[in-house]
Amino acid sequence: MVRKDTGFQVFCHVILAIMAVLVLFPLALLILSSMSSESDIIKYGYSLIPKNFDFTAYKFIFSEGSVFHSYLVTIFVTLVGTVASVLVTTMLAYTLTINDMPGRRILSFLVLFTMLFSGGLVPSYMMWTTIFHIKNTIWALLIPNLLCSAFHIMITRSYFQNNIPPAILESARIDGMSEFGIFFKIVLPLSVPIIATIGFMKALMYWNDWTNSLYYITDKNLVGIQALLNNMLTNVQYLAQSMDASSVATDMATVPSLSMRLAIAVVGMLPMIILYPFFQKYYMKGLTVGAVKG
Amino acid sequence: MQKKSSLMKKLKKYWPFYFLALPGLIYFFINNYIPMGGLILAFEKYTVSGGIFGSKKIGFQNFKFLFSNADAWIMTRNTLLYNIVFILLGLVISILTAYFLHELKSNMSRKFYQTVILFPSLLSIIIVSYLANALLAGDTGFINNHILLPLGLEPISFYSEKKWWPFILVFVHFWQMTGTSCILYLANMSAIDPSLYEAASMDGATRWQSFFNITIPCLVPTIITLTILAVGKIFNSDFGLFYQVPMNSGAIIDVTQTIDTYVYRGLMNTANLGMSAAACFYQSVVGFCLVMITNSMVRRISSENAMF
Repeated sequence: MVRKDTGFQVFCHVILAIMAVLVLFPLALLILSSMSSESDIIKYGYSLIPKNFDFTAYKFIFSEGSVFHSYLVTIFVTLVGTVASVLVTTMLAYTLTINDMPGRRILSFLVLFTMLFSGGLVPSYMMWTTIFHIKNTIWALLIPNLLCSAFHIMITRSYFQNNIPPAILESARIDGMSEFGIFFKIVLPLSVPIIATIGFMKALMYWNDWTNSLYYITDKNLVGIQALLNNMLTNVQYLAQSMDASSVATDMATVPSLSMRLAIAVVGMLPMIILYPFFQKYYMKGLTVGAVKG
Repeated sequence: MQKKSSLMKKLKKYWPFYFLALPGLIYFFINNYIPMGGLILAFEKYTVSGGIFGSKKIGFQNFKFLFSNADAWIMTRNTLLYNIVFILLGLVISILTAYFLHELKSNMSRKFYQTVILFPSLLSIIIVSYLANALLAGDTGFINNHILLPLGLEPISFYSEKKWWPFILVFVHFWQMTGTSCILYLANMSAIDPSLYEAASMDGATRWQSFFNITIPCLVPTIITLTILAVGKIFNSDFGLFYQVPMNSGAIIDVTQTIDTYVYRGLMNTANLGMSAAACFYQSVVGFCLVMITNSMVRRISSENAMF
C-alpha cells in the first residue's frame, strides 16, 4: 500500500526494537558474564559490563578434557544422527510418492497415525530399557524419538510430489536405470532444498537434545554438551567434582565453576549461531510448510 | 493373466521401494507402535520378571490412586491453564509481531528483526534455563544485583516463590517461540492482494480499519486451523520449560507441575511407576480424543487444512 506514514514506521521500529533487545539482552548477559572473573561474579553478580575481563573460564574449558570430550560426543551424535535421519526419512518419503505401489495408502496411514497417538514416555522408556537395553549406549543418544518423525516424512513427501517431474523418472526407467540408481542419482540431487531443510532441523534436534541423555545415560563418557550443561545447572560443582576424580592436580577451589558453566553454554550454542545464517532460508521454509499441514 | 501372478509380478516390480521404505517402517514400529501397546502398563503392577506385557493385571487400581490424589488435579489444571494462555496470548503476540514486520518498508530492517526474533528457537531449553538463571538467581542474578539492589529493594528468591512463576514461564515461552509462530502469519500477510489495501485507503479507511477489516479476515482460516491444532495438543506441555527452567525446584511445584513433569518424576521413582503409567495413559488417550475432535472440526471449516 502507498502511504506516507512515518509515524507508524517509527512505531513499528520501536516495538520491534524493544522485542529485539528483550531477545538479545539475556544472551549478552550470558556471553559477557562468561568473560568476567569468578570473584567479580560472586561479589557483584552477573553483569553486562564485566569489571575485569577474564578468560580463565575459557582456558579451563580448552585445557580440561571432559568438556572437549562432551563436545566430541555431541558432534558425533549430531553428524551421524543427521545423516542417518535424512536417509531414512527421504527413502520412506519417496516410496510414499509411488502411486501404484501396493499398500501405499496403508503405509501412509501408519506413518500419519504416529502423529495422532503416542504411547508417551513411560511405555517408551520401559521398552528401550527392558527390551532393547540401550541404557548407557551411544544408541540411546541417536535413536529414541529422534531418528525419524512423521512430520518430516510428510513435508519431504509433498516436496517430492511437487518438485520431481515424473517424466524424468520415467525416462530413466526406460533407459534401464535401477530404482536405487534413480533414487540416489536423480531424486536426491534434485532435492537439495528439502534435504537442507530437514537436515538443519534434524541437526538442531540432535545438537539440542538433552532428554535422551537424562533418561538413558549415566555413564560420564557418553555425556554430551547439553547433558553436561544440564548436570551443571543443578550442581555448579559437577565439573569440578568430576575433574577432581580424573586429575589429582586440579584444585577444586581454583575451578571457576560459575563463569565456566556460562562459557560452556556459550560454546554450546556457538555452532548453531555459525550455521544459522546459511540455513535460515531453509529453516524458515520448513517452519512455514510444516506449521499447518503435516 | 491370472490375479495371483499379477500380484507376484507387482511385488517383483516394486520390491526396491519396499526395501527403501523398510528402515523407516521398522523404526516407526519400534519407536511408536510398541509403546502404544505398552500403554497396557497403566493396568498392571509392573514387575521385572513379568516385563511390560506380562506383569499382573490389576484393573483400574493405578487410576484410582492417581485420581484420589491432589496431584492429578494440580497437573491437569496447570497443563490446561498454561496452554490456554499460550494459545490466546500467542494469537495476539504472533499476529501483531507479524503485522509490524510486514508493514516495515525497509526490507533490511525486516530481515534483521526477523533473524533476531527467530534466534531463540535455535537454543536448547538448557541454554534458556541458563539465561533465565543469569537473570533470576538469588545470589548472583542480574535482577537482584543490578535492579533491585540499586533501587533499595529486598532481593527476591525466585526459585522458592510461587507467585512469580506463571509470569516467568509465560514470558520464557514467548521469548523462545514468538519467532517461529509469527512466520506463518507473515507468509499469509504477504499473500494478501495489495489492491485490497489500495482500494480501502482510497475510500479513506484508516490503518486500523484496514487491519481489522482486511488483514484479520484474510488470516481467519490460518487462525482457526492453528488454534484448533493447538487445542488438540492442550494436554501436552514442553517438558524442558516446566522442569528445567524452574530448575526442578520443589518449593514452586504447585505452579510448575504439568502432566509431562509428573510422568517423568514418577518414572524416576520406581515406587510410583504405576501412577506414572496411569498419568501417561490419561495424557495419551485424552490427547488422542482431542486431536480427533479438533481435526473433524477443521475438516468441517476448511477441509484442505485438516490433517487427514
